[in-house]
Amino acid sequence: MKSPFRPAKLPDPAILDDHRPLIRSLERRGLIRGGLSLGALTMLTGCDVDSSASIDKGLRLISAWNDRVQGALFDPNKLAPTYPASMVLKPPKFNAYYDITELKPVDGQNWRLELAGLIKDKRPWTAERLAALPQVDMVIRHICVEGWDYIGEWSGPTLRSFLERVGADLTAKYVAFKTADDYPSSIDMATALHPQTLLATKYAGETLADPFGFPLRLRMATKLGYKNPKWITAIEVTNKYPGGYWESLGENWFGGI
Amino acid sequence: MSIDSDHRAQRRLHPLGVRLMHWTNAIAMFVMITSGWGIYDDYVIIPGLHFGQAVRLGSWAVPSLQWHFAGMWLLAVNGVAYLLYGIITGRLRERLLPIRWSEVRKTVLDTLHLRIEHDDLTVYNAVQKLLYIVVIVAGISQVVTGLLIWKPVQFSKGVALLGGFQAVRLEHFLGMAVIVGFVVVHVALSFLVPRTLWAMLSGGPRLPRAAVRAPEART
Repeated sequence: MKSPFRPAKLPDPAILDDHRPLIRSLERRGLIRGGLSLGALTMLTGCDVDSSASIDKGLRLISAWNDRVQGALFDPNKLAPTYPASMVLKPPKFNAYYDITELKPVDGQNWRLELAGLIKDKRPWTAERLAALPQVDMVIRHICVEGWDYIGEWSGPTLRSFLERVGADLTAKYVAFKTADDYPSSIDMATALHPQTLLATKYAGETLADPFGFPLRLRMATKLGYKNPKWITAIEVTNKYPGGYWESLGENWFGGI
Repeated sequence: MSIDSDHRAQRRLHPLGVRLMHWTNAIAMFVMITSGWGIYDDYVIIPGLHFGQAVRLGSWAVPSLQWHFAGMWLLAVNGVAYLLYGIITGRLRERLLPIRWSEVRKTVLDTLHLRIEHDDLTVYNAVQKLLYIVVIVAGISQVVTGLLIWKPVQFSKGVALLGGFQAVRLEHFLGMAVIVGFVVVHVALSFLVPRTLWAMLSGGPRLPRAAVRAPEART
């Protein structure tokens, strides 16, 4: 089944590089200009609005403004509601930018977690070493930007405990992820340090199954589903905006709930 | 005091600020409703009910989301300005209150008998007052349920109060339906009685001074 979230026309991956300067060059002046022209732009809806580069630019500037608003709304001490284990959906829902038949499982034996950026100890990690970190279990609601939701039980070390262990710069702005399915993703440091942000290795008490991110995926109680990369192969701590797969297509970067 | 200056001192039915806010709201509502239909289509609430590409703002879900989360600022800022203006100047109370149920009944019956009176634009009939109040409440409700759908974890207590995430989604959808229903009637009547449409563009007739000075005297 084709994911309903997948656009009819897949974009050129180079679009990510094309728009990186735009996001970096985000300035207050540009934001005000974009905001002011919105009212006028809405009058043009009779035209093919999405083909217009300037409208796209204006909308992306407002989306970047919304990132900042969401960062301010985010309460690092606020815990998401948790639920009884009896409500857990088994198995969870598969969702990706490609069909489940195109899934390429990761070989757990040879898998290593690479580290990069503002981290003191960059030696790669194995699944065994991750399992030796203190494990946390959480039953939380997964909410997709499309509108559907389900309750899932995720376990693994908190991303905070991992970042502390490897000596990451916790004052850096971003934590970025690379994955085996070429789905780059990144989050803000405040969310990375939230107690309900896990490097999940288990679902409903059992080792993650292939379609859901084996051997390692991110699971955050405070962000929309698309912000949770699966089949993670590398983590980078950085101050340079790293973007992400959907973000390069215009999806909101913060994606907080 | 000459008649002329006295005349100029009289407020119009729709002062410039109200007209600006009305048309800003029209644009904001158009953006929010049509982009909302684009978002809705990814995971429908009523099986079989889809909104076609022709009526959606945004060629697929992500542009629709971008429009929705941009339009929300226009809607919210303009809406708060309108409510503050309406409360501070007394316009909301002056125009929309009081509502008498006997009048509502009479107006409904008159309308069913195709007796629609719009001789005096400065006085809303009871059904008009009721509909304007319903749509203002629906607009406020959309902002609240929209905020809860956007931030269901940060505002988890509010979500629980309104019955859970999917319940709030449904409420947001129903709020849209109420507003769309209002817009259909509102626009249809403005074309049936074009003077009302012209009044919202030019300002309309000047109000009698008594109505400006002492709205409570109008019973």
